[in-house]
Amino acid sequence: MQQLPITLRINGRAYSMDVDVRTSLLELLRGLGFTSVKEGCGVGECGACTVLVDGVAVDSCLYLAVWADKRAIRTVEGECADGRLSPVQEAYIEEGAVQCGFCTPGLVMTTTSFLEQRENTPLTREEIARGHAGNLCRCTGYQTIIRAVQRAADKQRRSGRR
Amino acid sequence: MSVGTAVIRKDARAKVTGKARYTDDQSMAGMLVARYVRSPVAHGLVREIDTSAALALPGVEAVFTYEHVPTTLFATAGHPYSLDPDHRDVADRLLLTGHVRYQGDEVAIVVARDELTAKRAAALVRVEYDELPVCTTPEAALAHGAPAIHEGGNILERTELTFGPPVAEAMEAADLQLDGHYNTPVVLHCHLENHTAFAYMDDNDHIVIVSSTQIPHICRRIVGQALDMEWSRIRVIKPHIGGGFGNKQDVVLEPMVAFLTLQLGGVPVRITLDREECLVATRTRHSQQVTVRAGLKRDGTITGIEMDITSNTGAYASHGHSIPMAAGSKFRHLYPRTAIRFTATTHYANIPAAGAMRAYGSPQLFFGLECLLDDAARSLGVDPVELRLHNVARAGEITTPDGGTRYAVAIARCLEQGRDAIGWQRKKKELQNQDGPVRRGLGVAAFSYGSGTYPACVEIAGCRLVLNQDGSVHMQIGATEIGQGSDTALAQMAARTLGIDYDRIHVVSQQDTDVTPFDTGAYASRQTYVAAPAVHEAAERLRQKILAACSGLTGTPARELELAEGRIIRAGEPAEEIMSLGELALSEYYHKERGGQLVAEVSAKTVTNAPSFGCTFVDLAVDIELCQVTIHKIINVHDAGRIIHPLSAAGQVHGGMAMAIGMALFEELLIDPAGGRICNGNLLDYKVPTCTDIPELDCAFVEEPDPTSPYGNKSLGEPPIISPAPAIRNGILDATGVAINELPMTPKLLFREFRKAGLLPG
Repeated sequence: MQQLPITLRINGRAYSMDVDVRTSLLELLRGLGFTSVKEGCGVGECGACTVLVDGVAVDSCLYLAVWADKRAIRTVEGECADGRLSPVQEAYIEEGAVQCGFCTPGLVMTTTSFLEQRENTPLTREEIARGHAGNLCRCTGYQTIIRAVQRAADKQRRSGRR
Repeated sequence: MSVGTAVIRKDARAKVTGKARYTDDQSMAGMLVARYVRSPVAHGLVREIDTSAALALPGVEAVFTYEHVPTTLFATAGHPYSLDPDHRDVADRLLLTGHVRYQGDEVAIVVARDELTAKRAAALVRVEYDELPVCTTPEAALAHGAPAIHEGGNILERTELTFGPPVAEAMEAADLQLDGHYNTPVVLHCHLENHTAFAYMDDNDHIVIVSSTQIPHICRRIVGQALDMEWSRIRVIKPHIGGGFGNKQDVVLEPMVAFLTLQLGGVPVRITLDREECLVATRTRHSQQVTVRAGLKRDGTITGIEMDITSNTGAYASHGHSIPMAAGSKFRHLYPRTAIRFTATTHYANIPAAGAMRAYGSPQLFFGLECLLDDAARSLGVDPVELRLHNVARAGEITTPDGGTRYAVAIARCLEQGRDAIGWQRKKKELQNQDGPVRRGLGVAAFSYGSGTYPACVEIAGCRLVLNQDGSVHMQIGATEIGQGSDTALAQMAARTLGIDYDRIHVVSQQDTDVTPFDTGAYASRQTYVAAPAVHEAAERLRQKILAACSGLTGTPARELELAEGRIIRAGEPAEEIMSLGELALSEYYHKERGGQLVAEVSAKTVTNAPSFGCTFVDLAVDIELCQVTIHKIINVHDAGRIIHPLSAAGQVHGGMAMAIGMALFEELLIDPAGGRICNGNLLDYKVPTCTDIPELDCAFVEEPDPTSPYGNKSLGEPPIISPAPAIRNGILDATGVAINELPMTPKLLFREFRKAGLLPG
């Protein structure tokens, strides 16, 4: 099958490789060891494979690896720098938003992108819910996830950092 | 004190950073992938099967059909083995079948070097069927002359239970007798991680299976039975698991991956179901028809309850034969002064196999019971909360089987607390005489449940504690963490009894049946209750060993020593540290003549089963013209004994409530009764709730420590799903006067019922 050369950044590090044009970004990332990226449905229904492509949350199962050429990808592995959790990761733990954990990496990335696009704007429950409606979770009933998003927003506001 | 506080979950950091490894995150060189060939027809016999085209595809290693698999029938239900042959699970499965019983049944399997090739090869297996008549409903499956889905006919089990005085007399003593008929749909678990497992053979020719399972030790036994191998030659490893909710309390893929590696000389073989397969070809929740008859006195006393359930187990028994028995045994604790007669018929049908799902038959049963009680309250003009308060179990009323201990019972306080939280009395007054298109209503429902399976099954748990050189403790437990937080709760217990910090307990989260202490796994809301005695005893023994060792070193009598916050101190003198645990451990490990590794291991059986209770209160609005229900406030109040970890406890309640709201308002697997075709077997068309569908969820606990647990705790994982659906239905009844006796209460159903009731023009 046809291979194409791509170069991309994953969590800040440069990668160059030839990829089979049929490969999804999900498969590419998992193959490189970024196994936080989970496949829950493979067809964009569940959001477990959410990663950020140039800051935008996408279902990596529906995104071809070749489209990632010259783009910057972020997965949850890269959100923890020098052993320090991101405010979103911290908030998920503190609010008890982690149970089985299979949806967690995707949700953390959705929240990360959601808050980066709404820095310092007050958030209603409804806005948060709409912003996370593409990520299914069967453990939490979304209650603690919404609280975690609120808490992460507060942390960001307080610290003034992303 | 670690028990009762929201310490950081043991697995939280690994899960938010993506480090937690699930089954599919592990691979081995040369691993092959297998894919099932599934039947497109819901009932039939394979007339001809041709695998030549699949075998000819480059990259295909093997194809096995139903003609190549062992002919020993096996049972898949995740129950402990029973010494009583009459109590064993129903063996009605083969690895593959020539008699297909639902759309999706497994006739062959292909093994290939990569997934794409496996998928293409599976599509190349040509199968021709002689179709048989299809029965998807109880009416069809139980009809005279219905085609037999299994050799013994379509009735899997009849169940009969009676409690208290004869029901006929109790009914006669009643002032009011009332009937109700209620239907619940096929509901799906929808855990985010699909079923997945791989197997290989090790250098001793043992089969090693890595699987997303709730029940590693049971899985080992069933694979041994299915392949007719010694159980000790099977090793099951359970890594992190992405949810189960009962669907992984069944042995689904493990016997097949074990069979494949055995056939292929021990090379690793993986099966990962895709989402569509996982939704229909694993297990579901039983659709049930619940008929309830109740007798009540004018003051609201329930004199008798007669209940009859028809439970559709689908194509295979799985847990079907035991679910009505389990639910029927657990509900009597809610209304213990009432005479009860419970009967059930469980039957096969040509729909996906139903199995265990959170609360194991109780949500269906209580939907019938708690709806009927609200109908009765209306007929009698009695407040529905008062009616329940009048009949529910009272403190001291329920005892252990030997009669020696009274279980904690706090359901009345739950009802009172929920009533206050929702503002029942005030709102009831405000909401009188509504006549607009949008009407508010209040609903309530209560439940009782167990904290395990005893005396139906053995309840056994194991815990091993090892003191490390640095003074920390490794904890191995047979109880399986499936996301519910059991590793954390059990570590909190051990820390408390030992007298060391929670952070100094390292839980070996992964179960491995070759080394993990025996425990039957995560189901029946049993783990924190059943594992608590083993953890307590192991921690107590290790503590005593530590103090004895310190005494040997220092000459201070052990009774004058104490372990507190990881230091050995003089009893009652926290300032006087004798030595740190690390110092003691190093001496015990490395002194040339004395000491040794300090280990405590306990296997404990539990012969009690504490009833747990709770209720749901809901304040909702019904838009009659749009046939839409909006929940303004919903709260679950639980009597789950002492709460070990408040944040995780609330998390269990939220999750159960949301799943129940899905069952109440949205979720149903649709199956065409004519041909058994599944209409919505994917996450787009099957309406699992998203973030926007679930309202703010509230919960509270009435903490009455149970005397049968060393930490006072009772079950909590499964119960929260039981009472929200009937509470919502009762709220709709309160708002509109229309009794909806079917789930899910979608706009389509409400439209039909509102028209029937004259609320909408016919």
